[in-house]
Amino acid sequence: MPQVTLTVNGKTSTVEVEGRTLLVELLREKLGLTGTHVGCDTSQCGACVVHVDGNSVKSCTMLAVQADGSSVTTIEGLAKADGTLHPMQEMFREHHALQCGFCTPGMVMAAVDLVAKNPQGLSEEQIRHGLEGNLCRCTGYHNIVKAIDAAQPLMHAK
Amino acid sequence: MNAPFEGIGASVRRKEDLRFISGRGNYTDDINRPNQTYAVFRRSDRPHANIVSIDTSAAKSAPGVVAVYTAEDLAAIGGLPCGWQIHSKDGSPMAEPKHPVLAEGKVRHVGDPIAVVIAETKQQARDAAELIEIDLKDLPATATVTDALKSGAAQIHDNAPGNVCYDWHIGDKEATEAAFAKAAKIVKLDLENNRLVPNAMEPRVAIGDYDRHTSDYTLFTTSQNPHVIRLLMGAFVLGLPEHKLRVVAPDVGGGFGSKIYHYAEEATVTWAAGKLGRPVKWTADRTESFMSDAHGRDHVSTAEMALDAQGNFLALRVNTLANMGAYLSTFAPAVPTYLYATLLAGTYRTPVIYAEVKAVFTNTVPVDAYRGAGRPEATFLLERLVDTICHDTGFDPVAIRLQNFIPKDAFPYQTPVALQYDSGDYFTTMEVAMKNADYAGFPARKAAAAAKGKLRGIGISTYLEACGIAPSAVVGSLGARAGLYEVANIRVHPTGSVSVFTGTHSHGQGHETTLAQLVTSQLGVPFSQVEIVHGDTNRIPFGMGTYGSRSLAVGGTAMVKAMDKIIAKGKKIAAHLLEASVDDIEFADGSFKVAGTDRAKSLSEIALTAYVPHNYPITEIEPGLDETAFYDPANFTFPGGCHVCEVEIDPETGVTSIVNFTAVDDVGRVINPMIVEGQVQGGVAQGIGQALLEHAVYDSNAQLLSGSFMDYTMPRADNLTNISVATENTLCTHNPLGVKGCGEVGAIGSPPAVMNAVISALKDYGVRHMNMPASPEKIWGIINAGRKAAE
Ligand code: FES
Ligand code: FES
Repeated sequence: MPQVTLTVNGKTSTVEVEGRTLLVELLREKLGLTGTHVGCDTSQCGACVVHVDGNSVKSCTMLAVQADGSSVTTIEGLAKADGTLHPMQEMFREHHALQCGFCTPGMVMAAVDLVAKNPQGLSEEQIRHGLEGNLCRCTGYHNIVKAIDAAQPLMHAK
Repeated sequence: MNAPFEGIGASVRRKEDLRFISGRGNYTDDINRPNQTYAVFRRSDRPHANIVSIDTSAAKSAPGVVAVYTAEDLAAIGGLPCGWQIHSKDGSPMAEPKHPVLAEGKVRHVGDPIAVVIAETKQQARDAAELIEIDLKDLPATATVTDALKSGAAQIHDNAPGNVCYDWHIGDKEATEAAFAKAAKIVKLDLENNRLVPNAMEPRVAIGDYDRHTSDYTLFTTSQNPHVIRLLMGAFVLGLPEHKLRVVAPDVGGGFGSKIYHYAEEATVTWAAGKLGRPVKWTADRTESFMSDAHGRDHVSTAEMALDAQGNFLALRVNTLANMGAYLSTFAPAVPTYLYATLLAGTYRTPVIYAEVKAVFTNTVPVDAYRGAGRPEATFLLERLVDTICHDTGFDPVAIRLQNFIPKDAFPYQTPVALQYDSGDYFTTMEVAMKNADYAGFPARKAAAAAKGKLRGIGISTYLEACGIAPSAVVGSLGARAGLYEVANIRVHPTGSVSVFTGTHSHGQGHETTLAQLVTSQLGVPFSQVEIVHGDTNRIPFGMGTYGSRSLAVGGTAMVKAMDKIIAKGKKIAAHLLEASVDDIEFADGSFKVAGTDRAKSLSEIALTAYVPHNYPITEIEPGLDETAFYDPANFTFPGGCHVCEVEIDPETGVTSIVNFTAVDDVGRVINPMIVEGQVQGGVAQGIGQALLEHAVYDSNAQLLSGSFMDYTMPRADNLTNISVATENTLCTHNPLGVKGCGEVGAIGSPPAVMNAVISALKDYGVRHMNMPASPEKIWGIINAGRKAAE
C-alpha cells in the first residue's frame, strides 16, 4: 500500500492508504479529524473543504496520494493554538450563520480562502457568487453572507 | 457591570456553535465503535420487478466479507410499521401493505434495498455488493398518481387494489354542493405540488452495537426522535424490549422531516450487530439519500371556490391525489389528510368546505412529511386559488384577502374542517408585510425594471398553520397510533447548576440555547450554568422528538411544568429553613423570599439543602431537587402570517431572480429573536427552492432522473437574496409561554408568494397558472410563445 506523508494542522504524519483513498477519508478515518464532513458523492456540496498548501480544496475530490508532501489545514486547525478563534469562526457565531453545523466547517474554510484571496474586498453579490460551491440547507445563506462580510475587515486588519 | 440579559427575548449567541465552528461536533458518522464492521446495501435499480433469484455466494467469499443477508435471513423480524391509520369514506381501514426491511419477492422502487453486505472495511463491502447476482423480472411501473389509478395499471401491492391506500374525505359535502349551486361565480384551478427531496446536508447514518455481556443493543442514528425509533424498531420490528435497546441521536445535521421515520437500515444494522456480535456501521452516500430518504409533497389537486357577486368566499371544494410512494413511511398517511385538508380554511372564513383525498401507491420512494408537511400544500392551493380568482374576476388580491379574512374578534374560531384556531390577526401581519415590502411603491419599481427590459412581479401569500403537534386525544381520534405529548426532566444539582433532559431533539434548531434561556428566565439560574441534554434514550425519560414545530410549544411547556414542581418543592424547603409558612414564600429571580421581608434563600442554597438534608423537613418531603413533567397540549398552536415576494424575470433567458422577500410571521412569544429569524430565513429558502428550482423527477418508467446534486437543483447562495423577517406576537392562549412555533412557517408561506409574483410578472403573456418549479425553460417557453404569437 502506498504511503503518504503530509502535515495536517502543523503536525506531520505518515499514513498507509489505498490508491483510491480520498483525502477526506484519510483525514476522517486515519487521522480522526472528523470536523471535515462528507455531504455528497458528486463534488457538489463543499462540506469537505480544507486548505491544501493555502488553497481551498474539496477533499472528496482529491486522492490522499495527491496530497503527499502537502500542508493541510482543516477546521480543527483554524483557531490559534491558544484557542483564539479565527475571525471567520467568530463572525459565523456572532451572525448566526449556522444551524445544524454540518455545512459549517466546509463553509468556513471556503470563506476564509475567499476573503483571503480578495484583499480588495468583496461585495455581497461577489460573496454569494464565491459560495457557489458550498451548499447549506438550513440557513438560506442570508446570515452566512452577513458573517463573511463582517469577517472581511477583521481578516484584512491583521 | 451588569450581567447581560440571557432570558426570554434575548438574542443570545448559541451555546452549540462553539463546537460546530471548531470541528468538534459529534455527528453519527463521527462515531466509531471498537471492532466495527461496515454495511453496504445493494439496492434495486429497477422500479418494479419480481425477484427471480439472488446469488450471494461470490459476495460471501469476497475478501473481508463478514456476512451477506437478504430477506430470507430476516424472516423472523417484522416489517417497518406505519404510525398512523386513516379510514376511508366507507369506514374501511387504509390498505397497509407490509414494508419489508429487505425486499421480499419483489422490488417496488428504485432504491428498494435487496441485500446487505457486511465487511471489515467499507470498500470491501462496496466491492462485494457488486458481486451479488440478482435476477429481476421487470413489471410495468408507474411513477405518478394519475398513471397508478388508471385501469389496468400495474398492481404494486396485492392487498391494495387499484393502488389505492385510502379514499378519504372531510367536511360537509351537501352544504358545499348547495353553496356551489347558489354561487355567482365559480373559479376552478388544477394544480400540482411538486415532489421534493429533503436533502439535509448530513446523509443518514446508522450504527448498530451489541453488548454480549449484558445483551443490550445500541443504535446510533441520525434521528429527530430517538424514543420513537426505539419504540417502533424495538416493539414492531426486532421484538426488543425498551430496557434492552438504547437509541442515541447525537448531533444531527439537519432533518426537515426526513429523519423522523424509522428506516430499514436502522433495523438492519441493529439486528446484524446482535447476530454478529460486532458493531455494524452504515453511512449513506448522497446517491442513496436521493433514493431512500422519504421524499416530500407530490400532490395533484383540483380546487374550486364558490363566490358571491361581492367576492365573498361561499364554499371551497378540493380533490387531491396524494402520492404515497411504494410503501407507507412512518407518518405518511397523516400528511395529506390531517396535516393538509384540515388546513384548507387557511386564514379565511369560508363557511363550508369539502375535501376528498385519495392516497395512491406508485413505484417511487416513499413520501412523508417534509418541512411543513401538508400545510405548504394546503397554502399553495389556497393562495394560488385566491390569485386565480383575481385573475378571472378582476378582484384585487389584497382587497379580496382582507374581505375574507377571519375577523380579529372571531377567535376562538371554529373552521368547517375540524380545527379550532385559538388566536391570530391576519390583518396586522398583512399590513406590516405590505409596508415592509413597500408594496405601494411596486408600480414604480415595475416601470423601472421594464425600462431595463425586465419583467417584474409581486406576489402575496397569507397562511395559517397548525403546529405544536399535538393533543394526543385529538390525534388519537384521527388515527395516530401514538400520543404526541412531551417530557422534561429538570435536575437542579447540589450546587445549583441545572441539567435539562428533554424529549425533543435539536438538529439545527438551537435547543441548547433557547431551552437554556427558559431555565434562566424561570429559575434565575445563569445561562452558563444550564445544560440541555437530548438525543439519548438512556439519559432522557421519554419523548416524542422534534417535528411539526413542537419543541417549544410542547417540550418547552413540559419544562415549565417541571420547573413549577421544582419551585413548589423549593418553597417547602425554604419555608423550613426560613421558619415561615409555605404560603408566605415567594420565588423570583432565583431566590425564595419570605413575602414582605428581606429573608431569602437562593435556589443553590435550597438545592444544597435538598441534597445534604441535615436540617430538612425529612418527614414531609423527600430529599433531592429533580422533577419530571409530561405535558400533553390542549390544542394545536396556530402561527399565521403574510409573505410578499418580488421577482424580476429576464425575458431573454427566462431566469427569475428574487429581488425582495418579506416575511411577517405571527409565531407567538419569541424566546430568541436571532434564532427565530434564522429559522424563518431557512424555511423561506426551502420554499423558494420548491417554487423556482427543486423537483424530484421520475420518467414515465419510474426511473428517478434527478438523483444527485447534479440534476436536482438545490438553492445556492447566488440563487437567493436577503430575506427580511419580522414577527408579530399574538400569544397562544393555551400554553404558559404563549409560543406557537417557527420552524415551518417559512417553507409554508413562501412558495405561493413566489409563484404569485412570477405569474404577476408574466401577466402580459396571459399566464393563469404555472406549476412549480418555475424553471427558466418553462418561463422562456411562455415568453417565446407569446412573442411568436404577437409576430
Ligand atoms: S463531500 Fe460534497 S463536495 Fe466534497
Ligand atoms: S447549517 Fe445546516 S446545512 Fe448549513
